[in-house]
Amino acid sequence: MADKKPILELLEICKGYPGVIANNRVNLEIKPGQIHALLGENGAGKSTLVKIIYGVQRCDTGKIKWKGSEISQITPQIARKLGIGMVFQHFSLFDAMTVEENIALGIPATLANENLKQNIIDISEKYGLPLDPYRYVHTLSVGERQRIEVVRCLIQNPKLLIMDEPTSVLTPQEVDKLFKTLRRLSAQGVAILYISHKLQEIIDLCHVATIMRAGEVVDTCIPSEESPRSMAEMMMGTNLIVTKKNERLVSEKPYFSVINLNHQATMEHGTDLKNITIKAHKGEILGIAGIAGNGQIELMEVLSGEITASDDSLVSIDQVSVGNLGPRKRREKGLGFVPEERLGHGAVPEMLLWENAFLSGYQSMKLMLNGFMNVTKSREYAEKIISRFNVKTPNVNVTANSLSGGNLQKFIFGREILQDPKVLIVFQPTWGVDAGSAAYIRQSLMDIADRGAVVVVISQDLEELFEISDKISVICEGELTKPEIVENITVENVGLLMSGIKPSGNDILGTQL
Amino acid sequence: MSELFVPVLLTIITASTPLVFAAAGEVVVEKSGVLNLGVEGMMIVGAVIAFAVGVKTESAALAIISGAAGGMLTAFIFGFLTLRLLANQVATGLALTIFGLGLSALIGHGFVGKTFSGLPKIGVPFLEQIPVLGPLLFVHDILVYLSVIAVFLITYVFNKTRLGLIIRAVGENHHAAHSIGYSIVWVRMGCILFGGSMAGLGGAYLSLAYTPLWVEGMTAGRGWIALALVVFASWRAWRAFFGAYLFGGITIIQLHAQGFGVDIASQFLSMLPYLATIVVLVLISNNSSRMMLNAPADLGKSFHASD
Repeated sequence: MADKKPILELLEICKGYPGVIANNRVNLEIKPGQIHALLGENGAGKSTLVKIIYGVQRCDTGKIKWKGSEISQITPQIARKLGIGMVFQHFSLFDAMTVEENIALGIPATLANENLKQNIIDISEKYGLPLDPYRYVHTLSVGERQRIEVVRCLIQNPKLLIMDEPTSVLTPQEVDKLFKTLRRLSAQGVAILYISHKLQEIIDLCHVATIMRAGEVVDTCIPSEESPRSMAEMMMGTNLIVTKKNERLVSEKPYFSVINLNHQATMEHGTDLKNITIKAHKGEILGIAGIAGNGQIELMEVLSGEITASDDSLVSIDQVSVGNLGPRKRREKGLGFVPEERLGHGAVPEMLLWENAFLSGYQSMKLMLNGFMNVTKSREYAEKIISRFNVKTPNVNVTANSLSGGNLQKFIFGREILQDPKVLIVFQPTWGVDAGSAAYIRQSLMDIADRGAVVVVISQDLEELFEISDKISVICEGELTKPEIVENITVENVGLLMSGIKPSGNDILGTQL
Repeated sequence: MSELFVPVLLTIITASTPLVFAAAGEVVVEKSGVLNLGVEGMMIVGAVIAFAVGVKTESAALAIISGAAGGMLTAFIFGFLTLRLLANQVATGLALTIFGLGLSALIGHGFVGKTFSGLPKIGVPFLEQIPVLGPLLFVHDILVYLSVIAVFLITYVFNKTRLGLIIRAVGENHHAAHSIGYSIVWVRMGCILFGGSMAGLGGAYLSLAYTPLWVEGMTAGRGWIALALVVFASWRAWRAFFGAYLFGGITIIQLHAQGFGVDIASQFLSMLPYLATIVVLVLISNNSSRMMLNAPADLGKSFHASD
């Protein structure tokens, strides 16, 4: 492979946005059949770089060479004609259209003919990516949606496939499937440019890795010769903090409890919750594992109070019933929460950072003054979040949607943690967050548990749950298993429970299941 | 019997045709994700320009073409402001209506009291000889035929062609459409101009055929009814066509009902189109997934390539 000529070369690519340099003199080359990882922290400029390659963004200066000859101008149509395919981080799909229509839109008109349906079926069978061309996108799971994007690329016989964080939303089984497809493509000579934060995946899959920091290429390495830790440190340029589990004093009585709660899903394709019981003690981190779409969204809503319980006594904090209270009243009782969706749910996209800090913290941080907003105090609070949680932003007067995903997540976490909640419920805390920030978020969750708070973590990242939780429950089809002490169970067993395989014996999740 | 009903039905067709043009055009505009509330303004500019050219040149064809061009030019102002300068679509649309009403009064000042001979009727050979149906369906002016053809074409383009797919994609998710390589600005500009020319034709029909004279403010809120029809039709051109005939029918029957001494307040009858729209809105929003499938998700949102 080493003697092959590169299929794509980037020379001294520069791209600036007002106030930031996203790419500074980036050089990169990719060879046919190579799976090439692009690594970097949130905001390092990876997504910008791949958008330049695909022609969605234009670079300010620099050259792009394809098979040795320079391309003067590139648009997505030209890129596709050359043989570049791209799977976007936030899918470029249209919910109200069918699979076939979505694919037709992303390929040249000559391919979008009456044979397209058969083509889709053929390609999806050939690569083991089952797809029904007649289904509407909004009825599909995230994994299936990604298949559409992959099939859309494959149908054009790409020479280079770009994947921007393809696995952040996939279940472990779906990841395995995707990797099989990618290895097969690589064996056929297709080059793959792969962006991910999951370093273990990079080690398993990729042949070479290019590491970016603050818009520049800082290093390259062979992933199979590295460890996740060493690569994370290359990305950050500093040492990765090691999360440390302390012995904690756990309260005798449960502090936060949910008893036999049932809830019928209101959303279409939602999951009903059945007999949910949670008893969480002070100083304890309870992990709730599960494959996306098994009732986590609904669980988060009933725990945060966005959906109130049918009876006040079903949910209680410190023996006080809060079942009928909404999110604001529950916050008054010491509950904090971080929802999965950062923009629109965790933060108001068009509002400034300090305004977002005010919205969730005005009660506990006392940011009101005689019924008015105390702007100075709110700004100070937001500035404190930024400095304590190392949020990369010019100041607190920028809108929430101008921050990259990982940075915003750090901001939202800081906002909740600084309010010192008695109970903190978090949903997918490190989804799409780079390794350094993820470690920091995990450590801060353990720190507030050390201080005696109850922490409930809903996540499908088993590695993370095993790292920080004291007990783990599994949610599957809206039912929650009895929590087990983490030392007594294995990742494999939890994985099986997540996929709905109930143990035939009684020894899969400890003994008293 | 037919001596009584055919004239009534013919007036219904005449009353509905302006609504068909304006509503079908706005369906295309909104499908591309643009909410142009300036339909009333584009219609009336189309009406006055068509009439002015008609009176000056005595040519029906030139009058019709200039009516469409007038609507299109007015729409271009809207397109430039909202797509290029990223002005708010709702505010710009409202401003366009006020602007159009004022501009048309200015242009039309010298044409008040003038008359135009009207549009010639064209009969379809053979078919026009069918008793009752012949005179009802196959003897009309060119614009009535054109309105039917336009609705048919729009429906075909949206359901069967790549162009229709691209327009729907741009209205559904402009970020996704941009990232797979479609020019949001050009697709939307094309749709806005098309919608403007359709509104202009609707206006031209009013001043050339419906009442062949110029009166200030003669569109009398038809642009707003057309906007309501788009929602009523849940963004489908053929449903907008039937909606237009339903409302055109109500308007005419209400007039005749008064003539026959039916005692329903005329104000109530003119409320009906709006009431029906509210009822339909309640019904379709009741089913959120159906609403999602029909309404363009990015309707009314500005797009800038850097986000």
